[in-house]
Amino acid sequence: MCSALIGWFADIGLADRLEVGGKGGSLGELTRAGIEVPPGFVLKTAAFERFIETLEGESPVRARVESLKAEDLGGMTVLSGEIRARFAAAPLPADVADAIARALGEFGNGAAQSGVAVRSSATTEDAADASFAGLQDTYLWVKSVEQVQDRVRSCWGSLYSVESMSYRRRRHFKEKNVAMAVVVQTMVDARTAGVMFTRSPLTGDRSVMTIEGSWGLGSAVVGGEVTPDRWVVGKITGEISVREISTKRIRHAAAAAGGVETVPVAEDLQSAACMSDDEIQHLRAIGRKVERHYGRAQDIEWAVERGSERILLLQSRPETVWSAKESAPLGRAAADPASQVLSIFGGRR
Amino acid sequence: MNALMKPKQFPLPSSLKVVPGTERAQAAYPYYTQFAAADDNRFWFYNSMHFPEPMSAFDMVTAEAAYCALGAVNTRVHCLPTTLGIDHRIINGRVYIGGNSVTDPAEIAIRLGEFKQRAFYYYENWERLYDQWRAKMLKLIEDAQALPKPELPELEPLANVHAGRGVASNHILFDTYQKTLEGYFRMWHHHFEFLLLGYGAYMTFFEFCKKAFPEITDQTIARMVAGFDAEIFRPDDELRRLARCAVELGVDKSFQEHASVDEIMRSLKQKGEAGREWLKELESSRNPWFNINVGDGFYHYHRAWNDDLSMPFASLSAYVARVNSGESLHRPIEKLQAERRQLIEDYRELLATDDDRAAYDQMITLAHRVFPYVEGHKFYCEHWYTNLFFNKIREFGGLLAAQGFFPDAEDVFQLTHYELESAIIDLMNAWSTGSKPRGPDHWPPLVAERRAALAVWAKHATPPALGAVPDVIDDPAIVMLWGITRESLDRWLSADGGPNQDEIRGVAACRGVAEGIARIITTVDQMSRLKKGDILVCQITNPTWAPIFDKIAGAVSDIGGSMSHAAIVAREYGLPAVVGTGNGTTRIKDGQRIRVDGGRGIVTILQ
Repeated sequence: MCSALIGWFADIGLADRLEVGGKGGSLGELTRAGIEVPPGFVLKTAAFERFIETLEGESPVRARVESLKAEDLGGMTVLSGEIRARFAAAPLPADVADAIARALGEFGNGAAQSGVAVRSSATTEDAADASFAGLQDTYLWVKSVEQVQDRVRSCWGSLYSVESMSYRRRRHFKEKNVAMAVVVQTMVDARTAGVMFTRSPLTGDRSVMTIEGSWGLGSAVVGGEVTPDRWVVGKITGEISVREISTKRIRHAAAAAGGVETVPVAEDLQSAACMSDDEIQHLRAIGRKVERHYGRAQDIEWAVERGSERILLLQSRPETVWSAKESAPLGRAAADPASQVLSIFGGRR
Repeated sequence: MNALMKPKQFPLPSSLKVVPGTERAQAAYPYYTQFAAADDNRFWFYNSMHFPEPMSAFDMVTAEAAYCALGAVNTRVHCLPTTLGIDHRIINGRVYIGGNSVTDPAEIAIRLGEFKQRAFYYYENWERLYDQWRAKMLKLIEDAQALPKPELPELEPLANVHAGRGVASNHILFDTYQKTLEGYFRMWHHHFEFLLLGYGAYMTFFEFCKKAFPEITDQTIARMVAGFDAEIFRPDDELRRLARCAVELGVDKSFQEHASVDEIMRSLKQKGEAGREWLKELESSRNPWFNINVGDGFYHYHRAWNDDLSMPFASLSAYVARVNSGESLHRPIEKLQAERRQLIEDYRELLATDDDRAAYDQMITLAHRVFPYVEGHKFYCEHWYTNLFFNKIREFGGLLAAQGFFPDAEDVFQLTHYELESAIIDLMNAWSTGSKPRGPDHWPPLVAERRAALAVWAKHATPPALGAVPDVIDDPAIVMLWGITRESLDRWLSADGGPNQDEIRGVAACRGVAEGIARIITTVDQMSRLKKGDILVCQITNPTWAPIFDKIAGAVSDIGGSMSHAAIVAREYGLPAVVGTGNGTTRIKDGQRIRVDGGRGIVTILQ
């Protein structure tokens, strides 16, 4: 059920980014495009507005941020600590707390007990999103309604980290336009997880996809804690031209008490490929579908769910490095098509 | 000497010695093919792709006729702007070749103007000229087939006398020999009439794809260009047809695995009408499609199917078994064509700009235009005509052997084409004067000596290249025909004494990794040694070998590129394959366990 506060993935898209943030919009967009993602909802920015409204009533928040100079790091550090403490201490408005609890209930199967991910979803532009990729908070394996509600406030508070605030001050953002949505999503108990670029990160080649993966949760790959297995696969042909299987000694797993822990990989699995060729082909098909949907190359996080062996996407962002490069045409039509061969015979090599 | 000489370079030609004891065999090769002092100033490489084994004195005619024609077309017919012809030298039976490039910008500019008037005309009128080419080739083949069998009757036949022919049989012998040789040299001119232009158009598309898609594999580009109905595929198609016929006519039981040709023929004759019916079908396939030889046509002992039915019959029994297990064996040409169209369209869509797409369209169109020649000419030239040529020489061998010139008809291939002419004239003289020919006293020891030298040379390793390494290899002919680049030379230089003695590199032909026992197969009768799961290691394969691909887990060949038959067949069967390793059959020992990484083009010896 959608409401002013809650948006389920199937009902939202990128066009709703001001209400659901970039990450939430993207997960909605993927769901609508028929790509499997772990089910979830977004606590919309309206909830954040309701929360901050109450705080502003007690004493100003946004005005104080705007009064800071971008280079006043000392002042910013003090203010950040103060605002984040207020966020952590203030209770959620009753209707927001209730909406979260009810939405969690709709997951069924006690998903909320086995653990969900709580992820910040900011409304700022692409570039800012990219810059903050590592800064905004994500909490994994959050295990009760109360904990989720708690982490929601932490996500909101991350908007007032020193880095976030100084970034906005340098760019003279209007604070009243700054808001944060929060994604709540079932956790995937990943057998294998990793990343996929739908064009080559090395050469920019649009005809190949690069897939990197390792055992366990994707955080080990994204965080660079393990050298992942690596495949280069032809986008059109499916031909696997590179297959590098590395030694994977550790993996990230869900900790019993919530959160993530690092555990050793069983000896016999360390040097085994973490994806079968069939799974690589399946992932390729998913990557093509997402790329076609967006009309541009994507940078994707994926996981294979333990047990069901389903491949789920956790995130898809536009590729930014090669897309930003101006590409000069490599050739053009010649008045006499035969003259194309001069690139071989003409001595201009 | 150059004080700045690179720390590593290939040995100079003058430092390469003739193997002791084989000096006289070496001296048999024509003077203009012997290395001379001035050759030290040039770069040479061993043409192991076309001539992987020491060449007998006669077989050298293939190098000579081919380079004569290749050079003429490049240098003076189409006027390739940056390259002239290719010189060749022979030492220890090995053929070394060196390109002549044009580097003076003024001369390149002049040649470019000529090239545009000549080569562009060919591209623009390709289909008409190619039709004309086919007619020329068929006429040449017809002329060769019409040449009489060389023989010397005791007395001139009465009919010739009464007809007032006025030319005796010994002159006909001479005439036939000269026409045989002339036809072979002419055939090579036809061979190169289109070849470089064809490869050039293909390379243009290839290099564009490599720039647009830096990580695209060679095989993918090859799949976008390759056709499905070229003449070179016909022999294998005929075998598939004959296998279906055998099942339809109910004579399939005659094709037991490992049955000899005689056993199969005997069994068919016992089948009455159905057997005769099948043999009629066989005859219609044989002419011309069994004029395909078991190698690439560069050695006299690469015999044609028509001369040795054991090869096609070995394949036939495998095909018959497949038909009986329910396969149609039809190549799904329309489906393959649709897949090719889709592949081209999908890559086109990935290009970044409309300009790129326009250039791509022109290049792929040109590549498709030239490719029927690139794929088709081999059947007419390297197979059909070459078989006729070597068989005619074999007939001369039979005549000379009967006159005691040497013990065996095959010994004729130990004489150079000049020497063979002298032996024929010797015989002509003897027949006319009524004396004994001198040859029987002259040739037998020389033939024995040369046979022995070939055996010694085959065991003697020869360097892959000679002389100083050029800074760049910019000769389009050498890059296209031999795939030789600065990188491959660096690889060769680091090959000896390097850390990877167990690693052999070649061309990635079909992706996938396979491990198995290596079986070195050099002749058809060794094929029965292959067991399921073995890895075939051979010098070269062609469509003849297709059925054994059912059995093996992977393939490695000495010769071939990503468009070679081994590569094409491997892809059809989805077998990991590395081709063009240069020396896989000598570095790998029969029975060793090896790993073939067909995606990377690497063979690893595991034990």
